[in-house]
Amino acid sequence: MSRPVALPGEPPVDHDLAAAHGLTRDEFDRIRALLGRTPTYTELGVFSVMWSEHCSYKSSRRHLRMMPARGERVVQGPGENAGAIDVGDGWLAVFKIESHNHPSFVEPYQGAATGVGGILRDIFTMGARPVASMDSLKFGSFDHPRTRYLLSGVVAGIGGYGNCVGVPTVAGETMFDPAYNANILVNAFCLGLVRRGELLSARASGVGNPVLYVGSATGRDGIHGASLLASAEFHATSESKRPTVQVGDPFTEKLLIEACLEAAKTGAIVAIQDMGAAGLTSSSSEMAGRGGLGIELDLDRVPLREPGLTPYEILLSESQERMLIVAARGRVGELEGIFTKWDLHAVEIGRITDDRRWRVRAGGKVVADIPVAALTDDAPLYDRPAAPPPKPATAPRTTAAAPSASEALRALLASPNVASKRWIFRQYDSIVQSNTVVGPGGDAAVLRIKGTHRGLALTVDSNPRACAIDPYLGAVATVCEAAINVAAAGARPAGITNCLNYGNPERPEIMWQFIRGVEGIRDAALAFDAPVVSGNVSFYNETEGRAIPPTPTIAVVGLLDDFHQRVTQFFSHPGDLVLIVRTGRPQLAASEYASLFGPDGDALGPIDLARERALAEGLVDAAQAGLISSCHDVSDGGLAVALAEACFNPEGPLGAELALAPGFDTARELFGEGRSTVVLSAPLESVVRLTERFRTAGLEVIAGGRVTRPTRLRIGSVIDEDLLELREIYERALPGRIGDR
Amino acid sequence: MRVKVFVTPRQGILDPQGRAVEQALKSLGFDGINGVHVGRYIVLDLKAASADEARDAARRMCDELLANPLIEDYRFEVEPG
Amino acid sequence: MKWGVVTFPGSLDDRDTLHALREVMGQEAVSLWHKDQSLGGAQCVVLPGGFSYGDYLRCGAIARFSPIMRSIARFAGDGGLVMGICNGFQILCEAHLLPGALTRNRSLSFICERVTLRVENSHTPFTRAARQGELLRLPIKHGEGLYVAPEEELRQMEERGQVLLRYVGADGVPSDAANPNGSTRAIAGVANQRFNVFGLMPHPEHAAEPMLGGEDGLRIFQSIIESAG
Repeated sequence: MSRPVALPGEPPVDHDLAAAHGLTRDEFDRIRALLGRTPTYTELGVFSVMWSEHCSYKSSRRHLRMMPARGERVVQGPGENAGAIDVGDGWLAVFKIESHNHPSFVEPYQGAATGVGGILRDIFTMGARPVASMDSLKFGSFDHPRTRYLLSGVVAGIGGYGNCVGVPTVAGETMFDPAYNANILVNAFCLGLVRRGELLSARASGVGNPVLYVGSATGRDGIHGASLLASAEFHATSESKRPTVQVGDPFTEKLLIEACLEAAKTGAIVAIQDMGAAGLTSSSSEMAGRGGLGIELDLDRVPLREPGLTPYEILLSESQERMLIVAARGRVGELEGIFTKWDLHAVEIGRITDDRRWRVRAGGKVVADIPVAALTDDAPLYDRPAAPPPKPATAPRTTAAAPSASEALRALLASPNVASKRWIFRQYDSIVQSNTVVGPGGDAAVLRIKGTHRGLALTVDSNPRACAIDPYLGAVATVCEAAINVAAAGARPAGITNCLNYGNPERPEIMWQFIRGVEGIRDAALAFDAPVVSGNVSFYNETEGRAIPPTPTIAVVGLLDDFHQRVTQFFSHPGDLVLIVRTGRPQLAASEYASLFGPDGDALGPIDLARERALAEGLVDAAQAGLISSCHDVSDGGLAVALAEACFNPEGPLGAELALAPGFDTARELFGEGRSTVVLSAPLESVVRLTERFRTAGLEVIAGGRVTRPTRLRIGSVIDEDLLELREIYERALPGRIGDR
Repeated sequence: MRVKVFVTPRQGILDPQGRAVEQALKSLGFDGINGVHVGRYIVLDLKAASADEARDAARRMCDELLANPLIEDYRFEVEPG
Repeated sequence: MKWGVVTFPGSLDDRDTLHALREVMGQEAVSLWHKDQSLGGAQCVVLPGGFSYGDYLRCGAIARFSPIMRSIARFAGDGGLVMGICNGFQILCEAHLLPGALTRNRSLSFICERVTLRVENSHTPFTRAARQGELLRLPIKHGEGLYVAPEEELRQMEERGQVLLRYVGADGVPSDAANPNGSTRAIAGVANQRFNVFGLMPHPEHAAEPMLGGEDGLRIFQSIIESAG
């Protein structure tokens, strides 16, 4: 075994340099023990990225195991680039959500764009054609000076990339809260479709199989994006060698999608992985690790964008739009032909070995030689201490004089968190690929699967305000919200992916929030029988010691047997009766109303998961039986806002009247949130069946409403408003705040 | 005072536009291309008492708005009159 | 009839156009690769939407030099039917097969929404299945769809009836509010002087099925079928 050599000009490797690479003293000692020697500078860089939280999940791994990941539809659970469920008729849906928070805060356009690019690659690396994207965005207060800049940049970046690769952005959510002033969140979701049996893997096999590098050339982009490096030595290097922002190239990504999917059809791909975080290092070591094999790479063959990159830089580069492929022996030429057809590099840079070592050569010398397991399975695993924070002294906030119900409704519709997000989603191509049955702006998007009657419903949700009060109940509520959103569209919740955004896990209260969040997702996912097949953890979302509120973002994929049975949120027939079906009384805690007009108690009551599931099942049954004309999930802003939104039918607005029982006209009833509630409209002849069905299931059904042709919204004696005026408020709020025409 | 500002992708930063144009030129048969970079050319007409003052103003405009220092370089020329 | 749909690197709606033609309308349609010379015997060639070559430099500027564009120019010169949708429209303008050019939307941002269009000339191979003045609901999705041409040329185009589609409000009248991208004279689609080359920013292929944006787009395809038949 040849011992790796230090290269000229490299700094000496010691505890200080290791610390500058974000490795603790214990971790550095462990590296030396695993190697039986001190690592070279190059190897130190490699360990620092592979043992970073981002790549190793060292703080979260042991807790993530409690998530339910199995189910009869699950074809691929966590552990690959994305999860996959069987959606029928020979099709698999492959999906995942991932964060790109910090890069988007630094450079919003490129940060968001490369976030979209990265999640797309996680999907087509599985052999699936990406068919839909969604995004969950959290910005600071609109009054914060950077918010508008960040919002415009992130939205333009998502559109700039997604539109150019031809993957529709079909849904999303956007929230503004001062808690994100210094740490925005950009979580990107992608779903792809692949035929059963054509799923690709990232598990290397076949000793002697060649390793191909495909896609863009390597530059100095984002070196150490995956770890925390604050090194004097590093800053001392010349300006031109400083790490640079990753720039996305959606055009190359589009070519890469087509080339990879064409290559997948040949059967010549043994394993494939995106060169994402920690680039060439993670993709090569992880593929070898999954297969229990070794790998050899020759860096002299790696296509470079500029001369003079060191092995350290090549191995750690996070240049975008690159993939690593383990090819079947003897079939390299065939694959090269496909990539050349699409004007892309395809270069053989190494081969699979049987010695379970990760060995890298450059300039004819070995520059790294590490047991694969040391980079993957033997990376540190922590059981960090977790403890609830001391109960904060709840200073009684002075509550402004309570507004009238009408005033409150108008204020809520004008709040950026409630108002129409059209300004955002009209910048996204939501229809390319001809599958979008229901696009952005509703409870869930609905796609059809071509050549079948089947449909998919997609939604992404989060509820950081509830999580801030109770990280467990907040997570449960988030899963319920997402599941009811797809059920409202008529789809059965079938699979979950999550992006867990939290602060610094080295602080016990953050670790406690995280664990409680995972427990909440577990319990709710079990209740809906919707396994968690993929996900991503984003820690260290904090600035100057202030963490974001716990923000588990949940995306749910639901299935419709027949997409023609999809239900939209809009009232569509004057004379239809309106029913409100709910699992419990709403509450003002964590509501948008409370954030505008002051708190009303800050406790969250328990959530009855059996009833939540009953509501989802009842909605799916009603949709399949064709009993309902519309169904809208009550969320931000509460019941009154949901009723107004149901009236805003783009095909022509309608009105609604709702009589109220005594005691029902309170702010809590009209504007409360936190319990799954839907607003249904249905013809008279269906209403008895519906009411009985839901009441038998233990749900509360409130009747007394109807859809009207005159465009007024009347709720009891407290609200009587012109809907066209309300719609104007709702539609104008966001562009007005942004200062767009 | 007229100031011509040239904004180009920063050295070493991926320049997808430049690369696409380079490929296209090569496919049209133009040989001997070592590289292509695509940037923006901005002409400012400034009220300024001196070239130094114009230079100063232009530099601040570039830093704050015209260029994104994370991914772009800029240079400018001041033309008297 | 037989259709050809071109795929440039970065074309996106090529698959959608093929889907609408083959699966929805039962037409014979072949996929044409940009490096090919042959048009595969197509009676109408469609240049689809997308971001050919990433739309880097200028929309359509690089695609116009693809080998297949020489064949398409010859085909059009011989009177063959050519339709450019969105990016295809931009390419046809760059290739000087259509007058004018498309520049950035007035809002400077990408816009994806359904718009209302008025058929301004129903006596062409691309619009004959529609009534004069008929309103069509079609989606647009583009960042650079603001149509411009010299004033004198515009005047002549209007006189000759080369403006085939115009953005209008629900009432059928053009207005500033109903003009999504700020196009000159609210122009959404134009033909050449011979009326055998047509470019439009809206996407008829995305209005071909009732559950997915309605069926108004079929008017355009049906017109071409009638013309070729």
